[in-house]
This record gives sequence, C-alpha cells and structure tokens, in this order.
Amino acid sequence: MAKKVALLQGNEACAHGALYAGAKFFGGYPITPSTEVAEVLSIELPKVGGKFIQMEDEIAAMASIIGASLTGAKVITATSGPGVSLKQELIGYACIAEVPCVIINVMRGGPSTGMPTGPGQSDVMQARWGTHGDHAAIALVPASCQEIFTETVRAFNLAEKYRMPVQVLYDEIVGHMRERIVFPEPGELEVIDRAKPTVPPEQYKPYDTSFGDVPPLAAFGSEYRFHVTGLNKAQDGFPTTKAEYVDAEERRQISKVENEKARADIESNEEYLTEDAEVLIFAYGSTSRSARYAVNELRKEGIKAGLFRPITLWPFPEKRVALLGKQVKAIIVPEMNLGQMNLEVERVVKGTCPVISIGRVDGEPLNPGQIIAQVKEVK
Amino acid sequence: MAYDYEKSIRPGKLPHIWCPGCGHGIVMKGLIRAMDSCGLEKNNTALVSGIGCASRLPGYVDMCTLHTAHGRAAAFATGVKMAKPEMTVICLGGDGDGTAIGGNHFIHACRRNIDMTYVIMNNFIYGMTGGQFSPCTPTGMKASTTPYGNPDPTFDISKLAIGAGATFVARTTAFHATQIDKLIAEGIKHKGMAVIEVLDDCPTTYGRRNKFRSVVDMMKKLKENAVPVQAASKMTAEQLQGKFLTGVLYKEDKPEYIEQYAKVIAKAQGQAS
Repeated sequence: MAKKVALLQGNEACAHGALYAGAKFFGGYPITPSTEVAEVLSIELPKVGGKFIQMEDEIAAMASIIGASLTGAKVITATSGPGVSLKQELIGYACIAEVPCVIINVMRGGPSTGMPTGPGQSDVMQARWGTHGDHAAIALVPASCQEIFTETVRAFNLAEKYRMPVQVLYDEIVGHMRERIVFPEPGELEVIDRAKPTVPPEQYKPYDTSFGDVPPLAAFGSEYRFHVTGLNKAQDGFPTTKAEYVDAEERRQISKVENEKARADIESNEEYLTEDAEVLIFAYGSTSRSARYAVNELRKEGIKAGLFRPITLWPFPEKRVALLGKQVKAIIVPEMNLGQMNLEVERVVKGTCPVISIGRVDGEPLNPGQIIAQVKEVK
Repeated sequence: MAYDYEKSIRPGKLPHIWCPGCGHGIVMKGLIRAMDSCGLEKNNTALVSGIGCASRLPGYVDMCTLHTAHGRAAAFATGVKMAKPEMTVICLGGDGDGTAIGGNHFIHACRRNIDMTYVIMNNFIYGMTGGQFSPCTPTGMKASTTPYGNPDPTFDISKLAIGAGATFVARTTAFHATQIDKLIAEGIKHKGMAVIEVLDDCPTTYGRRNKFRSVVDMMKKLKENAVPVQAASKMTAEQLQGKFLTGVLYKEDKPEYIEQYAKVIAKAQGQAS
C-alpha cells in the first residue's frame, strides 16, 4: 500500500508528529508563529480521546502539561520565544521534578515582542539556559517539514526516556513553509513510553537511583502514591536541605543527559561534504538550507566547503565539532541571531581555527550569497 | 472517641513547619475530616498547592500530592483534572499565592467551572517570606513592606470567585473548626469549581505587627466579625460594617468543564471517519 503523502506546513507536520508519538494532551496559549500547531491539535486530539486546552497564559499552559504528564499522559505545548520566556519558570520545575514534556518553540526575533511574523533563531541559548539554576537541556533543531515530523516524535521519545522537558526549535521559515510529507507507517518510527515502576507501591520512590540515572515515573491515579515538589528533594521525593542529597540529585539530573552513553543516544547531526572540507559551515534550521546551497556553489568553483548541521543542538556535539576544528582552516557560523551558537563553537574548538559569525536579525532569511562571500573572504 | 488523623498523615512527616498558633493546622485537620467524610480514595485524590506556608500542607497528607510553583496550583491542577477526570482534585494555598501571583489562574479556573475544590487559606499576609502585605491585607494594617500602614485596597476572595464564575463559594474561619470540614465536603461533592475561603491567622508575621497580643485575640476577632449568611439577611448595612459573611455564599448549577469537553470529544469522534 502506498504511504500517505500530504503537502503540509511545518507547524502542521509538528502536530501530526505529536499524534504519531502518542500525544494525549496539549495545553497552550496563542502566539505567532506557532498557532497552527495548536489549531491542528484542537481538531485531532479529541478524535483520539486526547485533550486540548487553551489556557489563560503561557505559564498556565506549561503548568497544565506538567500536571497532565504526572497522570501518565504524553504532553506537548507550542509557543514562540516570548512564550518560552514566560515558561522558563516551569521549565525549571519540569527539570527538577523530572516530568516528561515537549515544548515546541517556533522562533522569531527578539528581545521582547520583536517581529512576531519574521523568522529568527534567537532562542538557541534560551533553550539551553532558560530557567534559573543548573540543569541539563535537550533541544532539537529540524530544518524541513518532514524533519519537523520525525524530530517531534524523537522529542517525545527523549522526554519520556530521560524524564525531562525537551524543546524542538525551528524558525518561522520552516514553521510556515509547505513541503511534501510522507507519513511514516505505525511502527516505522520508534515510539518510546516512560519507564513505569515495577516495585510494590509501598516501596516506590520517585527518584530512586537504584534503577539508574533515570528513575521510573509512576502516574497519579494509579496504585502508586507519591509527592512531587520543586524544592530540592531526596530520593523519596520529599524536600530536603541535606547537602549530600541536594548535590547528588543536581549532578545526576545533569549527568543523565551529558554522560557519554546518553550523548551518543541523543546527539544527531548531518555532515555534508565535510571529509575533505577546508572551510566548514556550521548551520542549523532554515539557515542550513542556505548553507547547503552555498557549499554546492563553492564546490563548483573548486572551493572545498562543507556543512555540519546539528539536528540535536543541545547537548552540543562537542567532540565532533572540536575534531572538525582541527581539520579545517575556518568555521563559519551563519545564524539568524548575532552569534549565539558561534560562541559555543568557539568554546569547543578552543582556538584551533578561526570561528567567524554571520549574524542576521533584520527579519530576512540568511541567504547563500552572504555565506559564499564570507567563505571566499577566508579562503 | 477522638478522630484518628494518623491514618491520613504521612508517617514521619510531622512536625509541620507552621508556627505555634498558626491556623493552617486547623484547616488541615478540617480537610482530612472532609475528605474522609466524602470517602475519597487516597490513590484517586490529588492535592495540588503553590508556594507559601499554606502550600506546604499537601506534603503531610497521604494522597497524590503536587507542590508546584508560586501561584500555579490551579493551572497544574487543571492539567491533572483534564488528563484524569476520574481523580478528585483539591487545590490548597494562601491568599498571596492564590490571588496575587496566581490570580490569573484562579479566576480562569473559576470561569471554566472545572470540577475542582480550591481551599484558600487567607491569613492576610505573606507569612513565609516574613510578613509582606498581600492583596488581602486590610487597608491601613501593618506589614513588613507597609511600615506606615497598608495603602492598598483589598480583594474579597469570595466575591472574586463568584464574579469569576465559580459555582460553589463558601467562607469560614479557622475559629469555626467544625464548619471547615462541612464546607470543604460540600465543595468536594459539588460538580464544578468550588472555592472555600478560610480566614486564618498568622500570629508571627501579622499579629505581632498589628497589636494582637495573642493568638486568642486573633481568634476572637475572627469569631466576633463572622456573620452567618442567614443572620446577615436580618441585619442592617450599619450592623454589617466591618463584618464578613460565613457559610455558603453562592451555589449554582452550571455546565462543568470536563463534561463540556466530553461533548467536544464526542463531536470530534462522530465527525471522524
């Protein structure tokens, strides 16, 4: 049987990816340019017995998905940069309480209201650091409509597997672009559900590390009864100020994502003509599409350019980028902000090659011509 | 025989953090008796709170408990209830938590008329942070941030709840201990958003700044100024000056949110091929 094919907008593809992953709850608040995600889910979720609720504000939307997730549901919200700014408080809550949830951020510029209908990539550092306190972050940056579908599914998988919030960031260009989508068959893509406890209810501890870095999470309304708090807590979930518990829990919640095994599982990159590259372009989202075009044009002229495209932005692909930094003469980082990921690339290559930022924040896409000109300058 | 609270308290979690003379413990006992009288199952009941002294309550009670962020209890609870409607959901918190930082969530939970019970402990002050004025601190009274007397007008929480659309609204005080469980139980049984405002005392950060010589003085004031709604109807405006009404202030049957959304699901599934 032929697979189902459709011409979908990025935001629509995201909603369908969420349904494929088994999302059963959406709590949101209207914000451009992400509203189509909510609109499609308001139609589709009740069809599968799921729930859609438009909350009174961005913070409430985040609160509602955390509450719903604690009953065992797979949950999602969609917003843009200003919405994430408001959600930061409870993103931290989901980090410390270790509650799986997916946050879609269709990026525009900023700060503040900025240009609501223009594209931007200015939330990449917000996705990493946006809440108070130390915490790990997972953020995915798809660059096409099909990839928005598959990465939304993967975001659910990672949220459930690592028991934490996962952000999917794509700029307004990819969010509102229409492309051909091939719907994967059920079972074709992996779908992961959170680990549930196997111990008798009276022995259950929601942060029991004897089951590894990611303790199983029971559901409210099941035979397991437990306490959840945003305070630092011991393994039984109750607040503590004992230094050794607080320290161990904070470190575990970061290492569960940043240990080597987890990184290998979470990281995902695409490399294009990097084997013999002398100049590397590090680009993500819609900017990577301009970068790929630039690489092809440069290659026609005999210039050995290559593209490194992170699909998982956080945790950052430190090892591979550091290695490429030793291989190439320069790394160019085009992005629709004023050099946010450029800083991270610089940090990782540790001065082994120059790292050059091309920033654009005027609401226009970063075009191949800008990248080609910059490559020729360093060549 | 004395009522057995032990069966509802988590082993090893007492003593609580509340100061001697604080009314929150009275409310906790009332809540426990109310939940018991309604026959609520521990595994099927969620207690959701925000931040503050009152919001520490769920940690002591052996139920599914969710201690959220400041002001956010109603929004978290809405997610819990929507995702698992068969659970009984009870929000707990203080006046600052519920009507200042959480005011938006509070009024919208009321507007939706979602089937939850919100017990709001109004002690007129931010106690945990040391006694700053809240939206419920009476005008003219002293708090650590109103050293010259509070210039702000106050919220009437019950009126706010009624105005926002809650369909069961009741008020009592920490002095009227036996009324607390009756009103909470009635709220739990009510289909829709029930708000029970319990006027409470904070001797540590409110009483001592406002010339209450003892907890007894604060309790006396709660007792003396409480007027049951039935009695109020026979009183003049003059007689009611400085008093507050207690009992069931408002009750209405109106479509409940979860039931309304069930209709959405039915419609969506009817349209699905």
